[in-house]
Amino acid sequence: MWQYTVKRLIQGVITVWFIATATFFAMHSVPGDPLANDKAVSAEIRANLEAKYGLDKPLSEQYLIYMRNILQGDFGISFTQKNRSVNDIIAEHFPISAILGILAVVFAGMGGVLWGALTALYRNRLPDVIIMFLVILGISVPSFVVAAISQLALVNLNDLLGFSLLPVAGWGTVWHMLVPSMVLGLGTMAYLTRLMRSSMLEIVNSDFIRTAKAKGLPASRVFTSHQMRNAILPVVTVLGPSIAAITTGGFVVELVFAIPGLGRYFVQAVQQLDYTVIMGTTVFYGAFLVFMVIVVDLLYGYIDPRVRLE
Amino acid sequence: MSTTAAPEQDNFSRSAARQLLGLGAAALVGIVLLLLGLSWASKLTASGSISTDAVDVATNTLTLFLREEPPQLDSSRSTDQVSGMVLGHVSEGLLRYDEHNHLAPGVAKDWEINEQGAIFHLRDNALWSDGEPVTADDFVFAWRLALDPKTASEYAFILYPIKNAEAVNKGELPLQALGVRAVDDHTLAVEFEMPIAYFDKLVAFSTYNPIRQDFYEATNGSYGSDVDTLLYNGPFVISRWVHGANLLMEKNPDYWDADRIKLDALDFAYITSDATATLNLFKDKKIAYATLGAENLNNAMEQGWDIFRFMDGSVFFIEFNHREGRPTRNLNLRKAMFYAQDSSELVYKVTKLPGYLPGESLFPVWLQGVHTFFRQEYPAPEATLDLEKARHHLELAKQELGVAEIPPLVLLTGDNPVSNVQSEYYQQVFRKNLGLTLKIDKQIFKQRLAKMLSGEFDMVLAGWGPDYDDPLTFGDLFASWNLNNRGRYQNPELDRLVRLAQTSQDPQERMDAFGAIQQLVIDEVVIIPNYERGITYVTHPQMRGMVRRAVGPDPDFTSAYIAP
Repeated sequence: MWQYTVKRLIQGVITVWFIATATFFAMHSVPGDPLANDKAVSAEIRANLEAKYGLDKPLSEQYLIYMRNILQGDFGISFTQKNRSVNDIIAEHFPISAILGILAVVFAGMGGVLWGALTALYRNRLPDVIIMFLVILGISVPSFVVAAISQLALVNLNDLLGFSLLPVAGWGTVWHMLVPSMVLGLGTMAYLTRLMRSSMLEIVNSDFIRTAKAKGLPASRVFTSHQMRNAILPVVTVLGPSIAAITTGGFVVELVFAIPGLGRYFVQAVQQLDYTVIMGTTVFYGAFLVFMVIVVDLLYGYIDPRVRLE
Repeated sequence: MSTTAAPEQDNFSRSAARQLLGLGAAALVGIVLLLLGLSWASKLTASGSISTDAVDVATNTLTLFLREEPPQLDSSRSTDQVSGMVLGHVSEGLLRYDEHNHLAPGVAKDWEINEQGAIFHLRDNALWSDGEPVTADDFVFAWRLALDPKTASEYAFILYPIKNAEAVNKGELPLQALGVRAVDDHTLAVEFEMPIAYFDKLVAFSTYNPIRQDFYEATNGSYGSDVDTLLYNGPFVISRWVHGANLLMEKNPDYWDADRIKLDALDFAYITSDATATLNLFKDKKIAYATLGAENLNNAMEQGWDIFRFMDGSVFFIEFNHREGRPTRNLNLRKAMFYAQDSSELVYKVTKLPGYLPGESLFPVWLQGVHTFFRQEYPAPEATLDLEKARHHLELAKQELGVAEIPPLVLLTGDNPVSNVQSEYYQQVFRKNLGLTLKIDKQIFKQRLAKMLSGEFDMVLAGWGPDYDDPLTFGDLFASWNLNNRGRYQNPELDRLVRLAQTSQDPQERMDAFGAIQQLVIDEVVIIPNYERGITYVTHPQMRGMVRRAVGPDPDFTSAYIAP
């Protein structure tokens, strides 16, 4: 177990190093000039700007400097948020994305498992048909549409009630989190529902369920302890990567609901070729994703005793 | 067998459903607990005013939004409009713009400007937010800082009329050689590089704002990046700034003209660039104004809201590449295109954006001339769609270029929705009217700029916004030495007119020069004007006195108030 964990961690570090290197060179080969702005600057100011951000050195040297700084935990200063360090930006905005993401994943995970079990239980009957229709909607409608529609619905609801039941946008209290996190988790919830449903249906015909029924276990026990517990495995597998995807993919939701999360900075940095922020957020998110995958693999061994971690 | 299976199955279903219900209830309880935990955690990450109303009479506060997080509140280096707006509320230069958009005394109570230089007499009741007086030394420090090559300020050029400024900025002379000195604490003396008639308009720009040396140095390179690393001398102070989330300004009781400021606080409670989100917030009565787009103008009219519009100052145009070897260097080709298009068709029938005006000149309609608006004193040259003339010029162009067909021309453009429509319109118009082929080269912002700089285009959809309130901010754009002259247009006559407008002290002579530049730019088809940008917006009925302007901090809430 320990050996396995250490091995996975070492692999993870190599993966992150690879991500950092690939991003570094990809970013520098993207056309466009990170220092260009609406107003042209003289050659002298240009040279000073390049020197300030270390862009005057050869690319290989920039790479070595960058790697050395990363090892010391220093992501540099943002090109666009001029006096702020990338470390500050991540430290300040990631927790917000994380809170939103955790809540969304909890919604998605709990909802997915429950709806999935319910649809399997009522297979081809009315609850199944209704829920599966909603699931198709949830998977196919993009989050910016859902975000805009739910925001408009909130406005109209508040208008109808004559007072603000839930805030339309902004950040700071639980009430601000509720709708954005549901919107953010909706797609994943729909996906997990489908996954859970098919997994449940696959298991319902297995030998151990028949055995459990035959030996006279109460129906509820069969359903939860045998059927659901085994059906949940594939859900847990995709949950890890989807935690990372949800936490990093909240850009649209963060924009529409005016939430100061890291997703916004990530996307804006790419648009504005803010080299240091692109690198900082990519390496950070990359490490986060790798870490989540490792955590899920370890959890797997706990949930399914047949999986041996070696 | 089959008769007993159904009830058994039903029993199972019912029991399992009960189980699921139990699990669902447990999940709900779990989520509520989690929410409570997160609510506690979120207090650690962001604090902010929650769900306050757009106008709050009790606290005398307006709630507003910012389009983006201000990227740079260090006035020596800031370049963008949002930072400029914030700085306009929390700091003050020698001069400022009043509610009628006229220049008014700021830190300087009076001033004299002549051909050699200027003297500013500072008021002695202008204070920094820590109680220290604003002195002439603070201006000397700020101006030297902006010109210091190490600062690498992108707006350093705006200080170039000061003696030796350009040489200092290039590192050829020491900072001390800059032609500005503090005669005493309240007298600032400026020497000019050459005579300049509009220096009073320049000093209202935020790069000219004061910065106090001891404070700046104590912030250790993070000046302006947070509430406590910025010193204030304006009508408001920033009392809370949660990055990316909200920014609270409170009235500065030590401001010398505090009686003029009617509001107690400006709460920029939301930061988002999403137009629909801001309109939804406005609809929910959470913010006091919101910008409208073409898609929601009708909606706004149906709601019966107060709709306003103003020109944001920018002009947009097709800029030609005049470099050697480009077909667009040929005047007849440019004239052919000029006569083959109609900017009013673009604005009224194609883009249909509310508040936009068809482009007719390099100089926008809101600029002041000698007595009234510049464009009233010097009307834009007549321009009508004239296909016969256009085809005549096209034939001449083909002869001069020695080609049977004009080769495909590259139209460089940005990737926003307006320029998409615009570039497709011109592609279609020039194909239909002239048989020309335009290849649209759509690029992201930074790459479009890089290509403009290196000259990889025949035509580019470009635009220009003003820096100061004088026609020269547009007039010198195509001077041969201007770095923003991306098409590298060169004309000694235009250069002469620009020099005249820069140095002349006679307002009439200067405006005549701008009038001649306006005519020359159209005659020579340096550009094809497309449109002047207008902005439509809605305001809360109780908010009064918000000022919109093309030059200077916009929007300006320093004279805003809440009507009962």
